[in-house]
Amino acid sequence: MTAQSIRWFWYASPQAFFPLAGRIARICAVLAGIFALAGLYVGLFVAPTDAQQGEVYRIIFIHVPAAWMSMFIYVVMAFWSAVGFAMQTRLSAMMARALAPTGALFTFIALWTGSLWGKPTWGTWWVWDARLTSELILLFLYFGFMALQAAIDDRRRADRAGALLAIVGVVNIPIIYFSVQWWNTLHQGASVSLSRAPSMAATMFTGMILMALAFWMYSIAVAMVRVRCEIVETP
Amino acid sequence: MGGYGGYVWGGYGVTFALLAIEVFLLSKRKRETKT
Repeated sequence: MTAQSIRWFWYASPQAFFPLAGRIARICAVLAGIFALAGLYVGLFVAPTDAQQGEVYRIIFIHVPAAWMSMFIYVVMAFWSAVGFAMQTRLSAMMARALAPTGALFTFIALWTGSLWGKPTWGTWWVWDARLTSELILLFLYFGFMALQAAIDDRRRADRAGALLAIVGVVNIPIIYFSVQWWNTLHQGASVSLSRAPSMAATMFTGMILMALAFWMYSIAVAMVRVRCEIVETP
Repeated sequence: MGGYGGYVWGGYGVTFALLAIEVFLLSKRKRETKT
């Protein structure tokens, strides 16, 4: 066993992780602010007006990063749930609990901004197509996870029940992501793909990535503060 | 915003208001748990 692996095990202890979480939260909060200011500046002042959609496309700088975070946070939550379920590590379950509210928030933001973008471009606030419906199911999965945790008094049983729901629910993530390919939907295809160059202007892409980084740093900062509360509150 | 201000600012406004509410509630919880 190397010294590096011992350090990882050391931080698996809630008491050892507590000060580290505080340092991570502070750094990420500062980075979130910097990225958000840069992203908003590029998105609102630098990026050009879209030739087809006009100014309304600027919702993309909130909508797409929020949708990415809604899926990413769920995957991370399911990962920590699975680790906690398999290895009975208390910190893993705390991490999953700390992530859920922020994941639900970004899912709601993705749905809300999508609706505001849909009305002027599609002519409707909502349509029951595969992408929108699977994203709504994701919101219900987050709510279900939090409700299950709150409904069971025994902490270990609550963590196991929540972990099962999180692990089963992760099947919804590829459904959301690939829904625009698997079914005919009103929603457009993926904004960014690893297999091809971005189809949008460079400044639009930069603004979107900066906002995604801002939301990412924000999520880590908030989750670290929440996990510190969880550590203190858990008997 | 080319006549789309309500949609764009409605999206940005609600987003940052919700994030601010989350930060406020978390700060309150933090103070109560004395972390």
